[in-house]
Amino acid sequence: MKSLNEIRLDFPAIPENEGLARMVVSAFLLPLNPTVEELADVKTAVSEAVTNAIVHGYAEREGVVRLRADYREDGLLTVDVCDRGCGIADVARARQPFFTTLEGEERSGMGFTVMESFMDGVEVKSAPNVGTTVRLTKRLLTREEPIARRA
Amino acid sequence: MLDYERKRQTLIVRLADELDHSAAARMRGELDELLRDGSIRSLVFDLRNLNFMDSSGIGFIIGRYKLMARRGGSVAVMNADRRMDRIFEMAGLYELVERMA
Ligand SMILES: Nc1ncnc2c1ncn2[C@@H]1O[C@H](COP(=O)(O)OP(=O)(O)O)[C@@H](O)[C@H]1O
Ligand SMILES: [Mg+2]
Repeated sequence: MKSLNEIRLDFPAIPENEGLARMVVSAFLLPLNPTVEELADVKTAVSEAVTNAIVHGYAEREGVVRLRADYREDGLLTVDVCDRGCGIADVARARQPFFTTLEGEERSGMGFTVMESFMDGVEVKSAPNVGTTVRLTKRLLTREEPIARRA
Repeated sequence: MLDYERKRQTLIVRLADELDHSAAARMRGELDELLRDGSIRSLVFDLRNLNFMDSSGIGFIIGRYKLMARRGGSVAVMNADRRMDRIFEMAGLYELVERMA
């Protein structure tokens, strides 16, 4: 199915950009007329993935986070958050609730659990020393009519 | 920068805007400085003016809980909205931290 809109954004892996990523994704979604709930779900999940790229992927060292998002006529939103950081050796383990490799720094280990509960799909592709891509998908269900006809 | 109020042995901290990893990192030092005052027995986070929180908020609150628990003190949150409740409940936070109305 044809994608109706798409964005790509590269930004340095600094904590200030966690908020920027949330804002960009919210603005991108506005034409879909999402509910307050849907918008908050997506913002929260994106925030988790971007924070992980910054604090784990690059361990707060220099690097670039790539955000790509698109949505289709049927309301399917896809957001990819990609880093070229340290990667994850055991993805299944990393996704377990409460699992964290940054115990001393007040991480809760709940980031993936939050992403899974607020999105329809969370796919993780990762390789040690290559990087990580998290693909978040969600079908925005609340639109009364197809997006294409609204324009 | 922190908006707080001291009432006897209680410190009420009003969190505003967004509680993410970046905000938690900015606030932690200032709050822990205030909490060095051992006469504070109870720490209350008022979330009324908080518009956004992700799992970094759990880590931040549990971190302060550990600090308070070490001196036999307590932590509570008030004015959590449905979404914050959902995130806190995922982590079982309300087993450690009282939820005030
Ligand atoms: N982009 C990433 N790069 C490297 N490791 C990651 C990345 N994202 C997540 N991880 C690993 O997965 C673990 C769990 O992530 P998460 O559920 O968000 O919890 P937390 O961020 O609180 O540790 C992290 O502690 C880290 O080891
Ligand atoms: Mg995380």
